[in-house]
Parts: sequence; structure tokens; C-alpha cells
Amino acid sequence: MRSLSKQTDRGKPGILYLFFQARLGKIITYVLLIAMAFAVLLPFLWMLSASLKLDKDVFRFPIQWIPADPHWDNYVKIWTQIPFLTFFANTVKLTVIITMLQLFTSSFAGYAFAKLRFRGRNFLFLAYIASIAIPWQSYMVPQFIMMRKLGLVDTHLSLILLQAFTAFGVFLMRQFFIGIPDEIIDAARIDGLSEYGIYFRIMLPLSKPALATLAIFTAVFVWNDFMGPLIYLNSESLKTIQLGLRMFVMQYSANYALIMAASLISLIPVIILFLIFQRFFVEGIASTGVQG
Amino acid sequence: MKQIRTGRRRSAIKKHLVAYSFILPNLLGFAAFTLVPMVFSLVLAFMNWDGANVVTWAGLDNFIKLFQDETFRISLGNTFYYVIGTVPLTMIAALLLAMLLNQRLRGRNLFRTTFFIPYIASLVAVAVVWNMLFSPSMGPVNQLLLSLGMENPPRWSASVDWAMPTIIMASIWQGMGYYMLIYLAALQGIPYHLYEAAEIDGANGWQKFRYITLPLLTPATFFISMMLIIACFKVFSLIWVMTGGGPGRATNVLVIHTFNVAFREFRFGYSSAIAMVLFVIVLTMTIIQFRMEKRWVSYM
Repeated sequence: MRSLSKQTDRGKPGILYLFFQARLGKIITYVLLIAMAFAVLLPFLWMLSASLKLDKDVFRFPIQWIPADPHWDNYVKIWTQIPFLTFFANTVKLTVIITMLQLFTSSFAGYAFAKLRFRGRNFLFLAYIASIAIPWQSYMVPQFIMMRKLGLVDTHLSLILLQAFTAFGVFLMRQFFIGIPDEIIDAARIDGLSEYGIYFRIMLPLSKPALATLAIFTAVFVWNDFMGPLIYLNSESLKTIQLGLRMFVMQYSANYALIMAASLISLIPVIILFLIFQRFFVEGIASTGVQG
Repeated sequence: MKQIRTGRRRSAIKKHLVAYSFILPNLLGFAAFTLVPMVFSLVLAFMNWDGANVVTWAGLDNFIKLFQDETFRISLGNTFYYVIGTVPLTMIAALLLAMLLNQRLRGRNLFRTTFFIPYIASLVAVAVVWNMLFSPSMGPVNQLLLSLGMENPPRWSASVDWAMPTIIMASIWQGMGYYMLIYLAALQGIPYHLYEAAEIDGANGWQKFRYITLPLLTPATFFISMMLIIACFKVFSLIWVMTGGGPGRATNVLVIHTFNVAFREFRFGYSSAIAMVLFVIVLTMTIIQFRMEKRWVSYM
């Protein structure tokens, strides 16, 4: 019994006390973590719950978290009430094309900046780096004017051209290639491989983790991008899912359940992508600290 | 002799051509659609142009206009309000989460994933659900407050006073998971023997945090604060969908003002001058970060 009291006679904490103290710390940690996780997830849970209700029941209080009569047909209705399928397809198209272009051109350029010597290399790389620090919002207007001159406003091509050639991608790939030992490349050169051969047969297979990181950053960015499509896309047939969602909210502001269903659908692809490639995401952030 | 030399030169030229061929696909797009508009924006700030009529030289007029533009003043103030409200609280939340997760725990990865999810959620969806939760008349938040006996709960994003705090709350909720990851990586870099040594010296939990964790996290804290400040100055989508800059001009920030002046009023020249202010602020932050980073590297 004695050891349960705070201190024993000799002024040292009892074993049971220490045990409880350690346990208590863990318990407090878990309680805090669970509370925080709950707070973080709450809006998503409410979204899911509301998406299965009738509009008139969405705001009924107290909240019925699990609807007694779930209206799964809300998830059917959103595809017919607005051209949600078109928005979805447009977003998939843009995401895939931009990500592929980004991966290809960035890793190509990144390899040259890391492993090849040529005149103007340092200067060009400096220009790339400097441009990362310049916010897009500060030159989006001249960019728009240029695109309009080229007749590309209200096309998907405008967004593809704007987002497929980023300095960030080149920087990320270059940093990765720098870490690959020169000896591998020298050996390949002696074996008679051309630079292209080295790139395709050696560098590309080695750089899978970096490519995965770049791919997921780019894909999530393009999928979630709102401002780019807002500036460039006017025709309904070209709009992306984010624009479509916003349009839906404006047009059918009282269809709460459908709005929540559409919001949830817009989140699902990114969340799946994230869960699959989580490792690369986390490592990418930890090593470069880059903004997605 | 001569032959060897020309052969060498030829191979040097070939080497260069190969290197350029690697760079070119990216460089062409990057130069045309990023570098050129960047330079163009510098010129445009000194011009008058509505996009249709003739371009005229404006000199410093656009910059003088900034001082007379009340909306610009308000949006600059709002931007600072948003930055000051978001940055410290996001950092505290991120550090707290990182410290909680930097232990041997069951389900550690699950918690980490959970906290990160809002960051990858689209801002449009976040804004939409946030507006519904905080809807003044029907939203569950205010219904809860009413049922708890509060008579006049805030009207959140519909009121001039509460709109910005509501947006700040949404921003913190959305961003903290990302900065948590950076803190977590930094925490894992702190050698464990420092804590053991402190324990032998009889340090308690708070002292360990105050004299080991916090000082050793300084580079991460500084890095995060700069990144956050820059990100906050660029805020647009969340506010655009939540309030559109309103009510009135209560949440009109710099980028919203730039957007309105450019794409609603078609004053391209003047909008570039506003954008230049954003550019200067972000550039200053970046330079400070660069300078400080160098200092720290030499210290450690």
C-alpha cells in the first residue's frame, strides 16, 4: 500500500506511482489525440451524414449522425442534375496530362542539371530556383493576357501549358539525381551507353520514389486547383470539378444534401490517391518542405 | 593534330547539344509561360491597359493610385489580419500535434494520416462544408450554441466582425496537418541522449521542452513561419468561396482585390501594380528566410 502514496520514506517515488504516472501520460496523450482526430474528422463525417439525408432534414437538430432512412439516391441525382460527369472527366483529363508532362519534362531537365555539363547551366538553374520564390498570383494577369493573345482562353490547353512546366518539378528531380553516385553513370558511359540510354535504362528506374513524390504533388494540386480554372475556363463543357462544385452551390444553394454528396465525391479521388502514395507524400514533405 | 582537335570540338558540341535536348522540353514551356509573364508583369505595372484599347505609358501613376485606393488599403489590412490570425495559431496546433505524435504510440500512423487529410481536401469543398456548419440561422454550430443557452450566437461568415475569424479557423483546421509533418521530421532529428542527460540532471517535462525541444526546433519553426506567412499572403480560394471577400469588404484580401481589378474591371495595368505589392512582400520574406537559414547552418 505504501508504494501507492506519492513518495516513500526515502524520498524516492514508489514503483507503482511511477507506473501510474507513465500510464497517465500515455492516457492523456491518447485522449488528446482522439479528441483532435475527432475534431479534424467532424466536418467530413457531417458531410457524409448530410449527403444521405433529405434537404429538409440536413439541419435538423439534434444532429442525426446516422440517417434512419439513408438516401443513397442523392449520389445518383448529382450526376443528372448538373453535368457532374463532364466536370469529373475534364478534371481527370487535366490531372493525367499535366502530371505526365510534368514527370517527363522535369525528370529530363533535372537529369541534365544534375549530371551533365553545359554552358549556361548555373545561370539557367538560378533562374528556375528564383522563379519558385515568385508567387504565381503576382504574374497571373500578364500570363492571362498572353494566353488571350494566343487564343487559348477557355481551352484546356491553356491550363496544361501553365501548369506542366514548373520549376518546382525540375528542382525536386535535380535534387534527387544529385544524390545518385557519378560512378554508376561513368560505368555506363564506358560501357557505351548514350546519355539517353543512361537516362532511360538507369536513371529513370532509380528515380521511382522521386517520380512518385512529384506525381502525387502535381496530381493533388491540379485536381484541387480552383483559381486557374476560374480564370481560364468559361464554357460549362470545359469546367473542372472544383468549378462545377462552386457553380452547383451557387445555382442550387438549397439542395444541401446534394451539395454535400458532390463535395464528398470531389474529395474521394484525392483521398484514395493520398492513402496509396502516402509514404511518398510524407517523405517528400519531410525532405523538401515544399508547398503542395 | 588538327583532326583530333576538330574531333574534340565536335564531340564537345555534341555533348552540349545532348544536354540542351534534355533541358529543352521543360525550358521552352517554362520560359514561355512563366519567365516571360514574370518580366511582362514588371512592365505592365507601369502601363495603362484595359486589354482592348491602346496601351499607354502610365509611369508611376498605378503606384500612386494604390495610395488613393480605399479597397486596396482595406484589403492590405485584411491580409495582415488573416496572416497574424492564422500563422501563430497554426504553428502552435502543428507543434502540439507533432509532439503528441512523437512518441511510441499505437495507431501513430493512423493519427498522422487523419490530421493530414484536411490539407489535401480541396478548398472549395472545405469552404462549402464550413459555411454549412457555421450557417448563422440553421447551422449545427449555432443550433448547439442556442441549445446551450447562448442567446445571440455570432453570425460567423455572414457578419462583418466574425467573417475573418471564421475563415481563420477553417484555415488552421486545414493547414495544421501539413506543418505538423515538418515539425515531426524536425523532432525526430533531436538526439534522444539530450533528454536522457537532462533527466539525469533532474529536469522535468516542461524544462525539457523549454530548454531542449524548443531551441533545437528553432530552424524548423523559422522555416515553417516563413512558409506559412508566404502561403497566407497568397490566400484566395478559401475566402472566395466562403465569403467572396464580403460581407462588404470585410474579408477582401490582396489577391481577391487583384483578381477583381484584373478580371472584373479589366484594369490590367493597375492590377499588376497591386500584384507587385504581393511580390515585394513575398520576396522580402524569402530573402529573410535565406539569410537566416545561412546563419543557422554556420552555427550548428
